[in-house]
Amino acid sequence: MELIGVLVLGGILIFAALIVIAIYNGLVKKRLRVDEAWAQIDVQLKRRHDLIPNLVNSVKGYMDFEQETLQNVTEARANAVSAGARGPADQAAAENALTGTLRSLFAVMENYPDLKANENVLALQEELSTTENQIAFSRQHYNATVREYNEAIATVPSVFIAGMFGFKSREFFDAPVEAEQVPEVRLR
Amino acid sequence: MTSATRTFFSQQAANRRNSVLLLLSVGVLFALLGFAGGYAYTASPAGAVGFMAFGLLIAVLMTSGSYFSGDKIVLAASKAKPVSAESYPQLLNVVNEITIAAGIPAPKVYVIDDSAPNAFATGRDPEHASIAVTTGLLDKLERDELQGVIAHELGHVRNLDIRFMLLIGVLVGGIALIADMFLRMSFFRGGRRGGRDGGGAGQLVFLVIAILFAILAPIAARLVQLSVSRQREYLADATAVELTRNPAGLEGALRKIATDREVLEVANRSTQHLYFVNPIKKFEERASSLWATHPPLPDRIDRLRELQALPPLTDEERHSLGAH
Repeated sequence: MELIGVLVLGGILIFAALIVIAIYNGLVKKRLRVDEAWAQIDVQLKRRHDLIPNLVNSVKGYMDFEQETLQNVTEARANAVSAGARGPADQAAAENALTGTLRSLFAVMENYPDLKANENVLALQEELSTTENQIAFSRQHYNATVREYNEAIATVPSVFIAGMFGFKSREFFDAPVEAEQVPEVRLR
Repeated sequence: MTSATRTFFSQQAANRRNSVLLLLSVGVLFALLGFAGGYAYTASPAGAVGFMAFGLLIAVLMTSGSYFSGDKIVLAASKAKPVSAESYPQLLNVVNEITIAAGIPAPKVYVIDDSAPNAFATGRDPEHASIAVTTGLLDKLERDELQGVIAHELGHVRNLDIRFMLLIGVLVGGIALIADMFLRMSFFRGGRRGGRDGGGAGQLVFLVIAILFAILAPIAARLVQLSVSRQREYLADATAVELTRNPAGLEGALRKIATDREVLEVANRSTQHLYFVNPIKKFEERASSLWATHPPLPDRIDRLRELQALPPLTDEERHSLGAH
């Protein structure tokens, strides 16, 4: 009788340990997905840095009166590239400023029919458009991974494992206030 | 069955729940029929289980070819051609955007030269996926509508729908097999059974019931399979909204495709279930919705409108979209 009791107890303990391991591993995987998603945002931002000089060069010849707009884009890009070393807050602000200048440029390009007929420019515009989308989607995906991770830490039963092993919740990516301002478009 | 305002999360949860329940019911049907058939033939529980296992094994073997190379077969049958970055940059960009949003590896992309707008995805998991769109789709849709369609197809891939439907296909195939085996054996042994003891009438009744069950079970299983297919289509629509956060894009695509009367030439009965919209339109118009692989287009549009806090389509709007 005693042997059966010991075996049953041992079985229950092993079963419980396996569950804990499974939950712990699940939390680790979710946290790693968050880290990866964050790193992927950077990949998209750097891609945009690389594409911009080509775009500016392609449209310069057609847009004599818009030198200021083009200058803004080039400066904002340089600022964003250097902001990488100054920390995430500065980097985010610089990237959003760059988005603003690009929006102005696209708005202004609508007034140049020659530009719209140029295939190189159209191809580059599509490239930049898709880059903006990819940045947005990679941020969205980051938020989705954060949501799954935070959900797992907060719900029973993984909440207990999370507490035991020190899993902390992550922050969502919020668009800062500057990005919500509509960029000013000046036409001459 | 529309509620006031559901989010795409709750729509997804309902679809997943329904499809799992339907899968379980097919499983139970398979077990019942297999056990009953096996017991009637061998008159022993061990034999009944063996009978079931045999049916399942044959069904698995028949379906394993489809699991591993089904995508190549379907792509070849549909005359799909792989795309390069030079020929279709916008398509590749859109696919790229959605794979980032979904967090899955990039699928292989193909184009079908046909003016009927449609698309399909195939492949057993995200690492082995392919997606094909027609030139008609690329010509007729705006960028955000194309994005919605691609998100729907990659939603199928991410939700492992091809695998899910194959699993159900195995069970339905197994039910059809077992029913077939049982019916043949009943004909063969029916005469001998009655003469074995005095309870001939009782055994005959049992036999008749069993035979009826064997005839009806494959039909019931097929209906359940089609119901699952429709649930997974709704789920893919809700997943597309989760990925693009733009129900209007997908709704626009559905409306344009609904009013397009072109026929997709490469599609046939065996591939129709894979497409974004059922390409065999004449069949859809005649058949009742129980036999459809896809939910009716107006119903899909209504669910998308629910996510935009818009009212469902009016009767005139439904009529103008055609009997799809």
